[in-house]
This record gives sequence, structure tokens and C-alpha cells, in this order.
Amino acid sequence: MELECRHITKIFGEGSRATRAVADINFKTNEGEFLCILGPSGCGKSTLLKIIAGLLEPTDGEVIYTGNTPAGPLNSMVFQEHSVFPWMNVIDNVAFGLEMRGVSRKERYERSLEFLKRVGLAQHAMRNPHELSVGMRQRIAIARAFVNNPEILLMDEPFGSLDAQTRLILQDELLKIWIDHKKTVIFVTHDIDEAILLGDRVLVMTSVPGRIREVMTVGIDRPRDLRIESTREFIDMRMKIWNIIRIEVERSMTEDNREPES
Amino acid sequence: MNLNHDRVRYTLLPLVSLTGILLLWEICGRLGLLNPLFFPVPSLIAVAFLTMVADGEIQANLSITLLRVFAGFLIGTIPGIIIGLLMGASEKIRLLLDPLVAATYPIPKLAIFPLLMIIFGIGEFSKIIAIAIGCFFLVLINAMAGVRNINKVYFDVAKNYGASKKQLFTRVILPASLPMIFTGIRLALGTSLIVVVGVEFVSANYGIGALIWNAWETFEIEKLYVGIFLCAILGILFTVVLKRVEERITPWFGHLAHQDRE
Repeated sequence: MELECRHITKIFGEGSRATRAVADINFKTNEGEFLCILGPSGCGKSTLLKIIAGLLEPTDGEVIYTGNTPAGPLNSMVFQEHSVFPWMNVIDNVAFGLEMRGVSRKERYERSLEFLKRVGLAQHAMRNPHELSVGMRQRIAIARAFVNNPEILLMDEPFGSLDAQTRLILQDELLKIWIDHKKTVIFVTHDIDEAILLGDRVLVMTSVPGRIREVMTVGIDRPRDLRIESTREFIDMRMKIWNIIRIEVERSMTEDNREPES
Repeated sequence: MNLNHDRVRYTLLPLVSLTGILLLWEICGRLGLLNPLFFPVPSLIAVAFLTMVADGEIQANLSITLLRVFAGFLIGTIPGIIIGLLMGASEKIRLLLDPLVAATYPIPKLAIFPLLMIIFGIGEFSKIIAIAIGCFFLVLINAMAGVRNINKVYFDVAKNYGASKKQLFTRVILPASLPMIFTGIRLALGTSLIVVVGVEFVSANYGIGALIWNAWETFEIEKLYVGIFLCAILGILFTVVLKRVEERITPWFGHLAHQDRE
């Protein structure tokens, strides 16, 4: 199934207080593609993802899904952090989407346990999330989304709050699971290396209001891991993206500085 | 003995201050530093207590007070939780009922007791209703705040994973607001003790409040102290039991709330 964003614009507030978060976003996913949306912080990329997820209404434009009518949900989201329910044990968290769809307890536990094994948390299935580390909790959130078996996976900076080492390990795990399942993924991040490491394409956004500045195809072969970061292609691409992002970050910083005076 | 050992510290140190003050009181009394008309020594109070137990006086007064407290607590708390949750979850219901709550909540519950006696008679029912009203508002206000303080991301997760209204309520709203509901229950139990003693002062032959009031009228100072101690013990008992229940039901919150409770 494919997803298309047509002229997505989102304005928060009204009148003189109105701010445009994202403006005129157009793109289309390819089947089974890993698409990264990269932008400086506060560029509206999370807003865009929430619109795609159906959690926010766009002020203008539309999100269109094309393809065969799916058996499961259209999309499932992995949120930034603290999205795992502390009052449910690990397996109930992972099985949440299945439970909401009325899958029997036995079946949803079987399917969830399979994914818990994939993310190395099977032995913690009956524990409570607060007993686990932040990295483990984010694994729960990822397993929860995959078990739900959506047409498109949406990820909103899922590794943003992790320390550098845990982040590398989870990126690796995510790539492995994704290659096995070949789901279309839309992955939002502000980390250039992460976007190149994970993505088939990278949409680079401008600072507020967020627009798509550039669409880049990452030509590096898969399977990928940390080693690609020393290749020529990777380094060239990182510089190219950085040159775009730097201008955007600087622009937003000078605008921030000017604001108190006006 | 190592005082830094947790268990020793948590059980021993509170006991040291309690027994210390009683011991000091006893010594000062025996040395004639305290007027025995106002401050009879603890050993005399203990003797009075034992005599009252032997006569069945304690049991008769305590049981009727507990009955009133629990009946009032249940009648007030259950609708309080339900209405509070509804007011937290639905803006319409909140806007509709908030003025009523705001106008009636500040009235001291004892102030309406005479009115309750006119309506419900001077029997048990008016007393139980007075306690129920005291519990009702505290639980309602805390349950409402509990729902309104739920992290917004939990609602996003529920929506994205297809929760129905009923599932949203039972799997997210109710468990997420439990910690605040418990805060309300704790306050309600404390208030129910105040109210029960108040109403028993005015219109009861039995009960801890009646016991204290009769002791004052007959100037049996030791009995008066027995009544006060009974109130203190009940208060501590309620707190301890409730804390246990709370840690059982919301262990994920227990460790967060630990810092401000110790």
C-alpha cells in the first residue's frame, strides 16, 4: 500500500497568533520503502507525522492511501518516549493494538511473544515497564507497532532520548526486523547519520514553516550497519545534507534571537 | 546495630520519637511538672483504656464509629469516582457540573449537618450522609484532576491503535488516573474521621466522638485522652492499610511517589 501527502499545510492558532507549522508538503511513498524525514528541531516534522497518522487534522491538503483494502490497520506509530503504558505489563503493552481489535488473548500473546523474542525481551514479558531501562521500553514500543501489522509504520524520533550506544543497537535491530517484514516505514529524525543509515530516501525539511527542501536517494547497498559510515558515499551525503540543514538551523536561530525585540 | 540499614531506619526511628515523647510525658508527670487535671500520665490513660476494654466500652464505641465511617465512605466515594472520571473525560459534563461543585465544595460539611438531621432524622442515616458528602467531593475533585493530568501521548497511542471509547476508558483513563484517585481516597478517609467525630459530638450516644464528649461533660480526663488516642490510631491505621493497597494496585506509581511520601 502506498501513501501520498498532497499539499499538507498545518496552521496552529488563529488571527495574529497563527503559526504555520508545515506548509505545502507533497510526497509519495514507494512500496516497502524506508523513508526518512529529516529536519532541524521544531520544523514541524512530528506535526506532519501526526497528520499522516490521523491524530491531527491538516488545515489544508490531504493524506491518501492507495492500494488494496488492507486486512489490518493503515498505520501504527512508534512515539518519541514515555508512550508505553506503565500500568500494563510488557506483553500487554505489545499486544495492545491486537487487544483493541478484539484478537483473542491466546493468539495475541503468541504473536506478541514472537516479537518480544525478536527484540530480546521475551524473558521480561510479565514484568512492568518501570522495572526496565529506557532502551528496553522503546523496544516495547517498536514491538507494539510491528505486532499490529500495519500497512505503514510511522516512527517519531523513536531513538531521540536514548544514549549513543543504545541508539546504535536499536537502529541495528530495527533494520533487521524491517528487512524481514518489508513494511513501508516513515521515520522522523533530526539526526543526519541516522537518516542516511536507515533510509532509502531522505526528505530534508526547512525550518518553520516546514517545507520539503530536498529529496535525496541513499544509494548505499543493504544490509547496512555502522561500517557504512566510513564510506565515501556516506560522508559525501552527510556533508551535502549538513550544508542544507546548517542554513536552516542558522535561519531559525537568528529568527529566535530577533523575536524578543519585536 | 547499623542505623543506616533501611529496615532498621524505617521501623526504629519513628518508634524512638513516639516512645520517647510518651516516656518524657510520664516522667514529667511523675515529677509533678504537669498538672494532672489536664495532662494525666500515659500509664493512667493506659489503665483507663484497659478498664474500658474490659467493660466493652471501647468495642461498643469503636464499632459504631467504624460502621459510620465505612458506610459513609462507600456511599460517598463510589459516585465521587464515577462522576469525577466522567467530568475529567468529557468537557461537556465538566462545564455542566463544575459550577455546582465549585459552589458546594467549600461549604464545611459540619455546617450542613443540622439540615441533614432535619431531612433524614437524628438516626444513623444523617450521620452517614454527612460523612459521605465529605468523601464525595474530595474523591471527585482528585479523580477529575487525575484524568486531566494524563499524559497526552497515552491518548494518541489509544487512538492510533484503534481503541473504542469503552476501551479508552477501561484500559487507559481509569488505570492512568488511579494514583490520583488514591490521593482522593486518602484525603477522604482523613476527612471522614473529622466529620464522624463532629457529628458524634452533637447527636450520638455511642461512638468515639460521643465518648470524648461524655468524658468532657463528666470530667473523666483519662477517658478523654483514650478517645483522642483512638482517633490517632485509626488515622494511622487507615494510612498504612491504604498505602499497602496502593502499592499493590499501582506499583508503577509507588516508586515515583516514593520521594514525596517518605
